[in-house]
Amino acid sequence: MNSDITRSSAAELAHALDSREVSSVEVVQAHLDRIAAVDADVHAYLHVDAQGALEAAREVDQRRAAGEELHVLAGVPIAVKDVMVTKGMPTTCGSKILQGWMPPYDSTVVARLRATGMPMLGKTNMDEFAMGSSTEHSAYGPTHNPWDLSRIPGGSGGGSSAVVAAYEAPLAIGTDTGGSIRQPAAVTGTVGVKPTYGGVSRYGLVALASSLDQAGPVTRTVLDAALLHSVIGGHDPMDSTSIDAPVPAVVEAARRAEVRGLRVGIIKELGGQGYQAGVQARFEESVQLLQDAGAEVVEVSCPSFDYALAAYYLILPSEASSNLAKFDAMRYGLRVLPEGVRDPSAEEVMAATRDAGFGDEVKRRIILGTYALSSGYYDAYYGQAQKVRRLIADDFVTAFGQADVLLSPTSPTTAFKLGDKLDDPMSMYLQDVATIPANLAGVPGMSLPSGLADEDGLPTGIQILAPATQDQRLYGVGAALEKMLTERWGGPLLSRAPELTAKGA
Amino acid sequence: MSALSRDDVAHLAGLARIDLSDAELDRMVGELGVILESVAKVQEVAAQDIEPMSHPLPLTNVTRPDEVRPSLGAEAALAGAPAQEQQRFSVPRILAED
Repeated sequence: MNSDITRSSAAELAHALDSREVSSVEVVQAHLDRIAAVDADVHAYLHVDAQGALEAAREVDQRRAAGEELHVLAGVPIAVKDVMVTKGMPTTCGSKILQGWMPPYDSTVVARLRATGMPMLGKTNMDEFAMGSSTEHSAYGPTHNPWDLSRIPGGSGGGSSAVVAAYEAPLAIGTDTGGSIRQPAAVTGTVGVKPTYGGVSRYGLVALASSLDQAGPVTRTVLDAALLHSVIGGHDPMDSTSIDAPVPAVVEAARRAEVRGLRVGIIKELGGQGYQAGVQARFEESVQLLQDAGAEVVEVSCPSFDYALAAYYLILPSEASSNLAKFDAMRYGLRVLPEGVRDPSAEEVMAATRDAGFGDEVKRRIILGTYALSSGYYDAYYGQAQKVRRLIADDFVTAFGQADVLLSPTSPTTAFKLGDKLDDPMSMYLQDVATIPANLAGVPGMSLPSGLADEDGLPTGIQILAPATQDQRLYGVGAALEKMLTERWGGPLLSRAPELTAKGA
Repeated sequence: MSALSRDDVAHLAGLARIDLSDAELDRMVGELGVILESVAKVQEVAAQDIEPMSHPLPLTNVTRPDEVRPSLGAEAALAGAPAQEQQRFSVPRILAED
């Protein structure tokens, strides 16, 4: 273990806990202290549950002292994106419409974390209902990138990427509908994995787009991601889209870290023009490293990916407009009465509440989805988008016939300045151009750090994609590449991030 | 499809039960126009002989045995309600007076 608890990986902490070098209470307290020191600047947490985390830590310490057989991650703390419902902690989804809402049940992911004995430090910030690529659409203010506080931490899960990058938690849970785990990982120099659709239960994950949403690990190392993946993954009868099969052997693959003989496909359509020079340069170096390590590199073409962004921004708003209809001011959440109306009707209360409770981006997407699904336009928009979705899935099938995994840069740019893209929704949407195809097809994807861009010194990410249910391939390639890159850098990329000054220091 | 008019957006906002202010409507007309123009790209793809894909998994119906299992009690279910009365959600009137 690192002499500073908060700089240790989850695997190192697990080892130190197991050998009684440190207690879970000490580990949790160290992170709470770190949060107190830096989160006023980073603003990655919407809620910190010091008491609950310490209680859970005490319990797991007692169980360990009593000689109980514990899970390897027992006692290792974690932060959870505020889109997962949690008993005893508010769940807001970054929205005013759910301000202060205390869910009456736990999501399956959270229940599994509890059952594993992982203390929950708190809930992380996000774009409202996971709509955005910067956390600037959070009703509670943006999160700041620990590499440069004037820049975005990615989105929607920028809170989860930032807590991990700022050492405010060793692990976090994210959710990825079009890149909300992977793009934040890329711009903060961390690791993020979107498992195969159906690999992690969506029960208790507040739905954005049900056919695209998938929860996954947000960490600083590939092995940590694998350990967390194996905790949260696996079949759940409470989610009828959950895959009824064992979790792929992700931990074993991460430990093996082998790429010799593996066929690696470079997706022609994701890279080059439109990608920042430093992002592209670091990507090409990573590909070269894999080739040097014995992987066979081929170029693959996925022509329909050029239509992925357009299809996504029809399918997602359509599903979201339906999913968000449940926020109706009747059973939970905000209720606002319309001004100047005597004895308003339920419909008037609903409309006033949704106007007051939803932010601009959420309203934009609900209205866009309402349009795409409306009679007369359905075939031209939603119907046509579903056909494009099929073509994209077919492109993956063809590409995976030629390669075992596919590679691309994760995000076309490094972290941009807060405020830069707020007035231009389309340019914000373009952040997800390389991550969206995986969600449309349901295949798993990982982003890991590939280096720093020469032009701005900010982190860049490389994306690995694998066929559905073959998540272990991400971890084999990711761990091998991480090892080679870390050797080349002389340490983890995050160690090059500027020190955050403690509040008042 | 031509660009959305202000009336179109107002109509859609009504369908979506969002009481947009005039200022919001003005802004949204322009923004949605730009987005729609961009997503209309899906119409460039020839539509014949492509089966629409609604979901990443080839799903068939998922069932479970019809057995009673624990569920939320009334108190927990009502805990987040904006208003409640006699163990029920209390809601504004749903009918107009005419």
